[in-house]
Amino acid sequence: MSEKIQKVSIIVSKGGLDGVYPGLIMANGARMEGIEANLFFTFFGLDAVLKKRMGKIKVATVGNPGMHMPSLLGILPGVSAMATAMMKRTMDKLDIPPVPEFIEMVSDAGCKLYACKATVDMFKLKKEDFCPQVDSIINVGRFYEIAAGGEIIFT
Amino acid sequence: MAQKLYGATTVDVDAEGFLTDFAQWTREVAAAIAKEEGIAELTPAHWKVIDYIQKDFKENGQVPSIRKLNKSGVISTKELYDLFPGGPAKKAAKISGMKKPEGCV
Repeated sequence: MSEKIQKVSIIVSKGGLDGVYPGLIMANGARMEGIEANLFFTFFGLDAVLKKRMGKIKVATVGNPGMHMPSLLGILPGVSAMATAMMKRTMDKLDIPPVPEFIEMVSDAGCKLYACKATVDMFKLKKEDFCPQVDSIINVGRFYEIAAGGEIIFT
Repeated sequence: MAQKLYGATTVDVDAEGFLTDFAQWTREVAAAIAKEEGIAELTPAHWKVIDYIQKDFKENGQVPSIRKLNKSGVISTKELYDLFPGGPAKKAAKISGMKKPEGCV
């Protein structure tokens, strides 16, 4: 067997359920294997750790070819909400928690969470806008320092 | 199939050391596996987790997830990571005599 991965730093750059979950699952999975993990939220990925938004993240039904749904259908009111509700039910059965609970779980598991300084400045956000699990707002340089010696995964 | 001797008990295990026959599990076997996994002593807090995992498996046929352990009030996620450092779900399952958990979370 090749050498075990010791550390991963995962960048979550996309919003929406399909943008946010893969990074969270990979970070949590790393901790479950005893791997050190960091999560760096940037651009619309920040929604996952914003108090106001983290509980309202939906799956995009427009412009998302993976949905197997004509975009015309996707624009109808309630379709995105319905698709999200269906997906959430299925995930709950698989013990994949909703985003706010997942953030808490991955943080309790020892994963460190960071928000991207450039995005915070761009959207005029403050530290108070983030859930308490966010360790700090850091710039790219600091991210590379934290990620040093480990794998970096961009999602 | 591989076998392993823990104290006076020989058990059948898979390639990663998980018991393949729960009937062979004893508390002594659990303590010996724990030592191998770097847990010097199984405390009452460990046993609470082990007992719940076994009970839940009997009822549902599945090793409970970390989330379920937390939600059912057995143990918080933080404490679980403290008790079974370096891979709580896998280690707790192994010590409990269960198969390796298959889920992603």
